[in-house]
Amino acid sequence: MYEGVVQDLIDELGRLPGVGPKSAQRIAFYLLQADPADVRRLVEVLTTVKEKVRFCATCGNVSEEELCRICRDPRRDTTMICVVEESKDVIAIEKTREFRGTYHVLGGAISPIEGIGPDNLRIRELMTRLANVEIKELILATDPNLEGEATATYLARLVKGMGFTVSRLASGLPVGGDLEYADEVTLGRAFEGRRSLEY
Amino acid sequence: MYLSSLALKDFRSYEELALNLDPGVTVFIGSNGFGKTNIIEAIGYLTTLSSHRVSTDAPLVRIGTESAYLKGVVENLGRSTTIELEINPSRANRGRINQNAQRSTREIIGHIRSVLFAPEDLALVKGDPNERRKFLDILLVLRNPRYASTLSDYERVLKQRNALLKSAAGMRRVDVSALSTLEVWDQQLVAIGSELILARMQLVSALMEPVARNYKHLAEGHEISLVYQSTIWQNPQNSKQVELAEVAAGFRIALDGVRKREFERGITLAGPHRDDLLLSLRTHPLKGYASQGESWSYALALKLASYDLLRSDGVEPILILDDVFSELDTTRRDRLSDLISKNEQILITAAVPEDLPAELDGRRVAISRDGDSSSAGGVL
Repeated sequence: MYEGVVQDLIDELGRLPGVGPKSAQRIAFYLLQADPADVRRLVEVLTTVKEKVRFCATCGNVSEEELCRICRDPRRDTTMICVVEESKDVIAIEKTREFRGTYHVLGGAISPIEGIGPDNLRIRELMTRLANVEIKELILATDPNLEGEATATYLARLVKGMGFTVSRLASGLPVGGDLEYADEVTLGRAFEGRRSLEY
Repeated sequence: MYLSSLALKDFRSYEELALNLDPGVTVFIGSNGFGKTNIIEAIGYLTTLSSHRVSTDAPLVRIGTESAYLKGVVENLGRSTTIELEINPSRANRGRINQNAQRSTREIIGHIRSVLFAPEDLALVKGDPNERRKFLDILLVLRNPRYASTLSDYERVLKQRNALLKSAAGMRRVDVSALSTLEVWDQQLVAIGSELILARMQLVSALMEPVARNYKHLAEGHEISLVYQSTIWQNPQNSKQVELAEVAAGFRIALDGVRKREFERGITLAGPHRDDLLLSLRTHPLKGYASQGESWSYALALKLASYDLLRSDGVEPILILDDVFSELDTTRRDRLSDLISKNEQILITAAVPEDLPAELDGRRVAISRDGDSSSAGGVL
């Protein structure tokens, strides 16, 4: 145990995700030795981030204004909504430059163990959106694990019969990979989702 | 297949142990509490990624250290494979095959195939259903490693569904929003669970013949039968006539039937996690009817049958006998050694040499003091 405020700093840092006690200690001592100006800048960013950043009123993505950059963009196709778990998933899909529609960030996935049910996710907001805007396709891009799968199934049932296409991202082989290195589950999924080639 | 070397570091009582092993019979001799079973447990762990004695990893790591390290080199058809495993109770375990780090330790399953006979086997016959489910599941995964992920997925869905039921049970008025997601978990429970039930049913029907044959050898006759009894059906079904879709349909109906009670109790009441393997002798259920000797013969027959199945898949597994001869009468001892003596590699532990049948004469390794690596491995 360190004295007073040093230990407080280590404890606070240790509460961050992905930071264990050893890393917390290392970061704390780095900060103790760092240039005061650097530390002040970090403090400022931390304060502003809490003050300025909020969540987009439409899609729930992180934003500095009422609407996020994507929802403000008039070139985006609002008839297509891609549902993701977290804001970082939006960034991941944006990097592909494949998708020109808009997003909806749920803020997690259904997981009773963690006490997360549909009411704790931004599902009501999604339903309002679907009722008010003309929609052609809803893409369910939740994580390909049990909880993400459950969330996607739940949503698909919820919007059934609303008159638009509901799709789920494909899971399967990584591009540029070798077939022999794929695990059985992935390869099995890729087999299920195979498509015909036509020339 | 045979294990040509085994190295342990901070595993159980061993700070460090290096053993070179040969094909044929090897007997580890030492008094109780000297660490013979720890060696056996290590080989078992490299085979199934679980211990036959404890359900958590923490007791496997030597007191005062953070992780244990196991390394086994196995020889099969002229090829040698090195399997390494680091057991970390506080974080994910790590595995390597021929020096290559693996994404998941599950990849290791199937490289070392062994069948362990231990005094704990009696629980297969006399213990709770979970002992028999574990027996089936371990064999299932060894024969087809794909089922490792089916099993862990099922466990995860079950946990999620139970958490949901429990939260609903705690409320005076059932929460509509929580309930609306139950159907989603039912769907996954049925999809994954049905696969597991069908696989276990097929395994049980494959075990039938070798269990009967081995029981006959050990105990002179008597009709035996094995039936997979699932909680999803009133009457046992014949696996040869059942298809996945039927299992799923049966599972659905069973869930509907227990729904009300599930809400009262907050747990999932039907599914492979509550199934059992019914063992019977002369049309009597074994539990409560069989003598100690008959129970032992049955437990051994189950293990010998699993060995036969693994061998029929193309690889002769390593046979490990942990202090079992002392549990058996002379007739059963002789018959067991008769059944196994021609195997490629047999590893045996015994407190005293007198416990062993005469024909199992092999290399003797003395285990003399708990955790003392210099004396373990000495050849008599």
